[in-house]
Amino acid sequence: MDLLTILQVLDSTMRLATPLLLACLAGLFSERAGIFDIGLEGKMLASAFLSAAVAYSTGDAWTGLLAGIGASLALSGIHGLASITFRGNQLISGVAINFLAAGLTVVIAQSWFGQGGRTPQLQGAARFDPITLPFADALRDVPVIGPIYFELISGHTALVYIALLLVPASWWVLYATRFGLRLRAVGENPAAVDTAGVSVVGLRYAAVAICGVLCGIAGAYLATALQAGFVKDMSAGRGYIALAALIFAKWRPWYALYACLLFGFLQALALRPDVIEGALGFKVNAQLLDVLPYILTVIILAGFVGKAIPPRAGGEPYVKER
Amino acid sequence: MDVMPKWADVVLIPLISLLLAAILSALVILAIGESPMNALKIMVEGALGSTYGWGYTLYYATNFIFTGLAVSIAFHARMFNIGGEGQAMIGGLGVALVCMFIPWPHWSLALLGGTVAAALFGAAWAAIPAFLQAKRGSHIVITTIMFNFIAAALLNYLLIGMLKPRGSMEPATGKFPEATHLPNLHDVLGVFGIEFSKAAPANITFFVAIAACVAVWALIWRTKLGYELRAFGHSESAAKYAGISPTKIIMVSMLISGGLAGMMAINNVQGEAERLVLNAVEGAGFIGIAVALMGRSHPFGVFLAAILFGFLYQGGAELALWTKIPREMIVVIQALVILFTGALDNMVRMPLERAFLTAKRRNKGAA
Repeated sequence: MDLLTILQVLDSTMRLATPLLLACLAGLFSERAGIFDIGLEGKMLASAFLSAAVAYSTGDAWTGLLAGIGASLALSGIHGLASITFRGNQLISGVAINFLAAGLTVVIAQSWFGQGGRTPQLQGAARFDPITLPFADALRDVPVIGPIYFELISGHTALVYIALLLVPASWWVLYATRFGLRLRAVGENPAAVDTAGVSVVGLRYAAVAICGVLCGIAGAYLATALQAGFVKDMSAGRGYIALAALIFAKWRPWYALYACLLFGFLQALALRPDVIEGALGFKVNAQLLDVLPYILTVIILAGFVGKAIPPRAGGEPYVKER
Repeated sequence: MDVMPKWADVVLIPLISLLLAAILSALVILAIGESPMNALKIMVEGALGSTYGWGYTLYYATNFIFTGLAVSIAFHARMFNIGGEGQAMIGGLGVALVCMFIPWPHWSLALLGGTVAAALFGAAWAAIPAFLQAKRGSHIVITTIMFNFIAAALLNYLLIGMLKPRGSMEPATGKFPEATHLPNLHDVLGVFGIEFSKAAPANITFFVAIAACVAVWALIWRTKLGYELRAFGHSESAAKYAGISPTKIIMVSMLISGGLAGMMAINNVQGEAERLVLNAVEGAGFIGIAVALMGRSHPFGVFLAAILFGFLYQGGAELALWTKIPREMIVVIQALVILFTGALDNMVRMPLERAFLTAKRRNKGAA
């Protein structure tokens, strides 16, 4: 196996890890504030559809991105209404959102474009183009560093770099700002936050909104950068893998990056059976690679490899004492 | 605490939720340029207008009774079993194995064998998440979601590999032997002289599902175990204080739940397809959530809600056939039902409670 093959696999790891990372960070904000969100999948899907539809209609990927974020935020609003204002069951609300997105995207796509529940292929500026970083072409022929820089680091779409920058940004917001401290506190002990005179409801809505924005970027990335257009159920369980990654990372931003890279790497490997066979000398079943994230998460949850403890107030609506 | 009479809680709230879901669905249909009244007419005619339509409606309803009961019994112990989909898939594997590898002399024995295998396999698939919840505190929702994906991959692996007949390209088992064929409703009702469509897939499993409803009702409200289960669901600490073992309740409720979800396979795998295909469950495991919420986790409510969803499913298929409304419209309706009866329950309940409270006060004032 040569350097180029390894770089190709790592390159597609980056591309496949990006939507997972965005959705995982989205879940991180929500769950750190005590709102469980199994609706990541639905929000991504809704955003993927609307971003592709709007990008196709306007011919501009950035407008599409904004529309996608809007769609995802609308679903976040429903989740907030159900789980914060009306103190309903957050898990059931998440399930409903996933189905709502799965159904509505196809129904609307069919009536909008009439192509069997998909959007037309996106072309030109309706898609995010790869960005060639400075000096990538010049350095290309330098041994080892050249190909790494050209193949792996340069040549991704803007959203990939945004996703990577969001990791330190999330860390900074959560651990170095007053807002972050309060947000984490509201997920552990909302009564204490309330006693301090800070609005629990406001903080939780803020967290759910951040979650919506990030899921929106993730969905837009799927439809307008990774692929060219929306197809039915295109999120394909990524929201659940992101949830798995979140548990794997034990609700911490930097570990979320590592977990998503690992799961992205598994997805990239599943696409290249020849590489695995070359490296290991025997065939590895593609289904096994596909479910490995889920199996690893169950093992982590079982507490055999360190214990994953969720935010203490997660999943419980906050009722003010009278 | 009880501001509302019981009938309001049991009948009025689900009906209002259903009405809200129906209104929003009608708006969606209007928005895509179709007529809601016309859509409703097509659905009613297609699903209830003939014994053929009824045959499909009852076939789907049978699936949803099993998965709805599965979610309900877990709800009573305050467990949220979202893994009905995976448990029904693995139940299908159990049915396929006993149907293919045991030479059954008669369909009645094959039905018995299939039921036992489906329940055992489904329960086994729920056992690991249940154990992890009971002993390691891992959240049951997350683990059962993961197990849905693992079940799908396992089935995919088996159907592409060892269970596929030699020379076949399709990822499915071969057809089950003739002796495992279950009588359909045409055969059963024919005994009593009732005409019923021969082509529809509803079969004798429908009666097994009704029996399951009765059994679950008896279990929850007429046995010691059912009492313990409900006590645990109301208050874990109180149940513990009363000497009820949480481990036992979590394990037992989830095993029964998984078993019921698995039993759906005798309807769709043994009764209808008569072979195991990929994606045989078709989302019925998730519809169980809507059915359980709608039916207020009571077996009779589950039965009615399952018939309603059976109607929606068959009607939705007819819609896709005769109008431009795609089949996915049912998924939207399903989502809205889950949203209003489950997550937004308080939105419906709070104003209603207030209304009952003022009415009560006024009555007192008058007296």
